[in-house]
Amino acid sequence: MSHATLSPRRSSLRGATLPKWFAWAVAAGSVAAGLGISAAAGLESSIQWALIAAVLFVLGSYAVSAKVEGRRQAKDRTATSLVWVAFLLAVVPLASLMWETVKRGVKVLDGYFLTHSMGVVADTEPGGGIYHAILGTLEQVGLATVISVPVGVLTAIYLVEYGRGRLAKAVTFFVDVMTGIPSIVAGLFILSVWVLMLDMGPSGFAGSMALSILMIPVVVRSTEEMLKLVPNELREASLALGVPKWRTILKVVLPTSIGGITTGVMLAIARITGETAPVLLLVWVTNFINANPFQDPQASLPMYIYLQYQNSGGYGAAYDRAWAAALTLIAFIMILNMVARGIARWKAPKTGR
Amino acid sequence: MAKRIDVSGLNAYYGSFLAIEDISMTVEPRSVTAFIGPSGCGKSTFLRTLNRMHEVTPGGRVEGKVMLDDENLYGAGIDPVSVRREVGMVFQRPNPFPTMSVYDNVAAGLRLNGKYKKSELDDIVEKSLRGANLWNEVKDRLNKPGSGLSGGQQQRLCIARAIAVEPNVLLMDEPCSALDPISTLAIEDLIGELKERFTIVIVTHNMQQAARVSDRTAFFNLAAVGQPGKLIEIDDTERIFSNPSVQATEDYISGRFG
Ligand SMILES: Nc1ncnc2c1ncn2[C@@H]1O[C@H](COP(=O)(O)OP(=O)(O)O)[C@@H](O)[C@H]1O
Ligand SMILES: [Mg+2]
Repeated sequence: MSHATLSPRRSSLRGATLPKWFAWAVAAGSVAAGLGISAAAGLESSIQWALIAAVLFVLGSYAVSAKVEGRRQAKDRTATSLVWVAFLLAVVPLASLMWETVKRGVKVLDGYFLTHSMGVVADTEPGGGIYHAILGTLEQVGLATVISVPVGVLTAIYLVEYGRGRLAKAVTFFVDVMTGIPSIVAGLFILSVWVLMLDMGPSGFAGSMALSILMIPVVVRSTEEMLKLVPNELREASLALGVPKWRTILKVVLPTSIGGITTGVMLAIARITGETAPVLLLVWVTNFINANPFQDPQASLPMYIYLQYQNSGGYGAAYDRAWAAALTLIAFIMILNMVARGIARWKAPKTGR
Repeated sequence: MAKRIDVSGLNAYYGSFLAIEDISMTVEPRSVTAFIGPSGCGKSTFLRTLNRMHEVTPGGRVEGKVMLDDENLYGAGIDPVSVRREVGMVFQRPNPFPTMSVYDNVAAGLRLNGKYKKSELDDIVEKSLRGANLWNEVKDRLNKPGSGLSGGQQQRLCIARAIAVEPNVLLMDEPCSALDPISTLAIEDLIGELKERFTIVIVTHNMQQAARVSDRTAFFNLAAVGQPGKLIEIDDTERIFSNPSVQATEDYISGRFG
């Protein structure tokens, strides 16, 4: 009698499970079915068959899994497949944008392109480059950073370390408002003060001021978050050693959060580098190299892209230059992002043994 | 240079909440005084009034007198920053500065306060680490991050950091409650050595620890939650644990409440 239990019995802890390749099989099946359905119905757009395949994938994995594994696992799989579908929906446009930009951008992107201006090149002719635009963008963004970082970081330090009461509330409120200012409005504000009231001409610096308006709230917000992450115990440890508060902030709080703050600044720079509206209003554009950001119009990458594209009619040398400039801009922002990550990792408080 | 602390009529507030009321006591130099009492009775709050750390908390306010030898810490014109150099503090959770090496952690109090020569600093760092019984364990890794040490080592690092600035008084708020028994023992031994040089006040939840390390014990209690905490009695540790003069103390020590 007792020997009957020797035969393998199904454990109550182990239910039927579908093999690992199941999800891939359903995915392949859904794509095939999606393609088939669109072909049969004469749908041309690839978005349509992709959507059909996505819906089939979610429904299909639920149906099969519910039959074999039970309803709880099926729900689990549905959630997983929804996450995957959402991920693909987000990544596909991004990847195709990158692909398209790289494909069209590399045509004329070379050393010559990066080191020459458009000074003597007509829009319809090949040749020329973006040196003047890179220079302008670097100077405008650099000046904006020089203005925004001290103001933003000091404001954040005030808010986190000192701010109590009405003034702090008011500052927080205005930072919130500034976060929502459209870039064209920031441009118009500087235009009215700098150009119309003070009677200054267009210059890179005018653009930098408008860019600072956009950048400061981002720097304040990210710095604030980073400072709040610094444990109070560290501040107290330093104060209890008889270190004055300002030195505590300078030597303990800021070094602990410097990685995060730098990352925030880098991301803020990345955010303003592509801004076009304030530059259009305040810096204008030129085909020549103007290394002085305090006088006369300057070129910039966003304006360069816009003008080259506008003058091209959708093909030809100017069209290629627009894409190459776009690729340069994206590459610049990606490099900034990667540097930011590198700094964050390098400067993160160390816990190694 | 250990100093005597003489507290009289001390009240501490958080905003409008009176956390501790009318505390008066004397802490003898070159001795260990333990604070015991149920959670929330204001031991930490009182401890922090002794080096003016209480006012660092938003809304923190103190009334009364704390005499350090013959100077009132709350007198007019007293700089809280200088007070904290005289009265050092070790916290419940070890909190070495995460961006600094072992060496820099110990040197932090000195470096952040002024200029020292490298050789001077080297001497003080070694002396402080030896003083904290940590030198032998870290002498080969002075340049490694302080946060890479074990919990007990980190706490001794914090003690070394505190004694490096040569305070007169050392306040410790439950310094062993985050540590294992072995590390706890190491710290208790250390306290025994440190009392030769410093006036030590230690908050502890561990009755045996109070009995082991302290010369005098103060028992704090509060009537009810939301009421201010009060000093019930302070006496020689032996007396408190054998024959306290207040019934509540005996109840607490024998585990009848709290
Ligand atoms: N930062 C604070 N803000 C407001 N109330 C506080 C704060 N810290 C402690 N308290 C209150 O003060 C009283 C005493 O707390 P504490 O000194 O931490 O007690 P203990 O250290 O004896 O456990 C408690 O009622 C506590 O809620
Ligand atoms: Mg406490």
